[in-house]
Amino acid sequence: MAEDIIRFRDDEPHEEPAVSLDAFLDQSNATAVRVEAGEDARRLIPFLDRLALIEVDFPRFRDGRGYSSARILREAGYKGELRASGDVLVDQMLFMRRCGFDSFAPDAPIDPDVLDAALNRYPYVYQTAADAAVPVWKLRHG
Amino acid sequence: MKILTGNDLATGDVIWWTGSGWSRHVEESADVGEKGDEIAQTEAAARRVNGPYIIDASRDEAGIRPAHIKDRIRALGPTVRLDLSLKPADPTVGTWVI
Amino acid sequence: MYRYDHYDQAIVDARVDEFRDQTARRLAGQMTEDQFKPLRLKNGLYLQLHAYMLRIAIPYGTLNSRQLRMLGHIARTYDRGYGHFTTRQNIQYHWIKLQDAPDILAELATVEMHAIQTSGESIRNISADQYAGAAADEICDPRPWAELIRQATTFHPEFSYLPRKFKIALIASPTDRAALRWHDLALRIVRNEAGEEGFEVFAGGGMGRTPFIAYPIRAFCPADQIFSYIQAVLRVWNSHARRDNIHKQRMKILVHDLGHEEFTRQVEEAFAHILTLGTDFPRAEYERIAAYFAPPPFETGLPDEIDRADPDFALWVDRQTAPHKAPGYAIVNISLKRVGGIGGDITAEQMEAVADLAERYSFDDIRVTHGQNLVLPHVRKQDLYAVWQALDAAGLADVNLDLVTDIIACPGLDYCSLANARSIPIAQKIAQRFADIDRQLELGELKIKISGCINACGHHHAGHIGILGVDRKGTENYQLLLGGSGAEDTSLGKITGPGFDEDGIVDAVEKTTDVYLRERQDGERFLDTYRRIGVEPFKEAIYG
Repeated sequence: MAEDIIRFRDDEPHEEPAVSLDAFLDQSNATAVRVEAGEDARRLIPFLDRLALIEVDFPRFRDGRGYSSARILREAGYKGELRASGDVLVDQMLFMRRCGFDSFAPDAPIDPDVLDAALNRYPYVYQTAADAAVPVWKLRHG
Repeated sequence: MKILTGNDLATGDVIWWTGSGWSRHVEESADVGEKGDEIAQTEAAARRVNGPYIIDASRDEAGIRPAHIKDRIRALGPTVRLDLSLKPADPTVGTWVI
Repeated sequence: MYRYDHYDQAIVDARVDEFRDQTARRLAGQMTEDQFKPLRLKNGLYLQLHAYMLRIAIPYGTLNSRQLRMLGHIARTYDRGYGHFTTRQNIQYHWIKLQDAPDILAELATVEMHAIQTSGESIRNISADQYAGAAADEICDPRPWAELIRQATTFHPEFSYLPRKFKIALIASPTDRAALRWHDLALRIVRNEAGEEGFEVFAGGGMGRTPFIAYPIRAFCPADQIFSYIQAVLRVWNSHARRDNIHKQRMKILVHDLGHEEFTRQVEEAFAHILTLGTDFPRAEYERIAAYFAPPPFETGLPDEIDRADPDFALWVDRQTAPHKAPGYAIVNISLKRVGGIGGDITAEQMEAVADLAERYSFDDIRVTHGQNLVLPHVRKQDLYAVWQALDAAGLADVNLDLVTDIIACPGLDYCSLANARSIPIAQKIAQRFADIDRQLELGELKIKISGCINACGHHHAGHIGILGVDRKGTENYQLLLGGSGAEDTSLGKITGPGFDEDGIVDAVEKTTDVYLRERQDGERFLDTYRRIGVEPFKEAIYG
């Protein structure tokens, strides 16, 4: 599987399989967890320092709940791998990156050239998000 | 009869399956019988049509008449702008829709 | 008005490039229609009955002459010589080719326009009071905040795949000209006791098959925190809305299901958190934007008198102009509701005529209204006669603002793939029935709103008289609603009873107005009489 994962991290891929959110909250010595769409990512906040991988599932690419899950986790200080999995398409990946996802396990292969163009197309952004991009209001006012 | 319609992918024009290709004129529609789904799938995959669907229609002296008003409006054009319809010179064409 | 700097321009240019690439990939078969559809919708491109339809954003309904001329150019070059203004102050073209769409966007970008987020499950173009900056009754110009919110909600990475569309409206007057509380998020600029500007917030409004009037959820949000607050609302909805039934995914359904108290509690919890993240735009950015909306250099010492010798002109002045905050100026309403025409439609030549007038007489400023008309916001009263003559020459001097022939109607089954019945022919028949101007003036303010299906794009829930077209066993059928309002006295219309055919609905409207004329008391509008006497006398007249 690992070769199908697109990563934007320098550390080694985490090998432990992700357990479900309920299983994690039951036994909680796992270091990888999977959050389904509709599950409340805030339940993970007390455990973020012991997690190395959080996988957020996108059952359909139009289901945008995972974007909020990612923001919530990053805003709570999660530094580990945050992976978008499932129906992840190239045209959604820029916003996913901006929401804090740094790895992707798409159901269907992604064309690397299209992805590269998509991620680098916009020179500026309007909002602060989970990435390092500086919003234009900050550029305007120094 | 069953006929197959959709919109041209690149232009959006309303098109009708003629048995061997697509026409902008409903009167050139072919009866697709039970083959509509299969043709629709092939043609959509080949990107010759967008959103194909099968409709009921009847054949009368005026040509082929889709059963539902929506498809008659598609076949002709907006009833409020008959000057933009496929038959701008025919003042009676609006009554065909209703 | 606001002008792009190189940042804004670079973002819009990148969007053109992105859509060109997406379109090419679709045409080359690298994307399915299911994958492409949300992408084209986020760019305002629908597949309608006869062609693709492109909806172009007119942020808070403000245009300059260069932009309006470009819209005329697009009508002529890529469409069939006309466009259609919408109830959310945008413009749409009904005969667009997918293969042309990237070029159209590129042309729009040259005049600081785009089609970003004009459809799809995204934060839509923000709408606002069309009299902003001119209205005698506004507490401030709402457009700087509207522009700030436009930027903040453009390509928002967390909220671009929402459960459904999300519409924001913003006003700063006690008079509501923007159908405020029919929006998902409704903002009214108010001042608190300390005199500070902030926002009164309403949430969960919307029409469609399950209409709700937005609930008040916050009496005062400090102005500089509004983006945090909007994000809090969106996060609660995005996280918790249903995703299993497209008809239950609008925010109004969540607000209703949770109850507005619980919804408000969750928003406040999220707001407290998001405030700590530093995402709000600083005051300096507001001030930068506000500088673009400084009042134009109004002349002083202008006369307020208008020469009313020409009776046709006097009639037009009385109906189509509104009080301006600056002495010697007036707000001019241009009707796009000619009897026999199509409401909201405008030809390329008419766009150019209005652009010329705006440039010459209105500080290069044009507004699009929620009622699908146009406004020249800043006209010297001494120029009104010349403006009227020029409008008349362009076929734009009709007198019917807020009268029975000033009908809002959706495109309906003549154009729209969702519609069940035609709307425009009904509007035309009603307008013809009531064409006599004396009769219209006798009836006074009377807002008729017609939708061709339950999605309610023609705002039938909010019409003093509403009409809803349905498909009854393959034939068009029209239901009558009474008592709705999209103004500050917002209310939801009620269906009177069984529906009618095309001629029957016109008769029913006329009988409804007859009851009003019989029952009204001094100074009562139709809506006031309806509210006082209730639906029964009307039902008796219509069905009795």
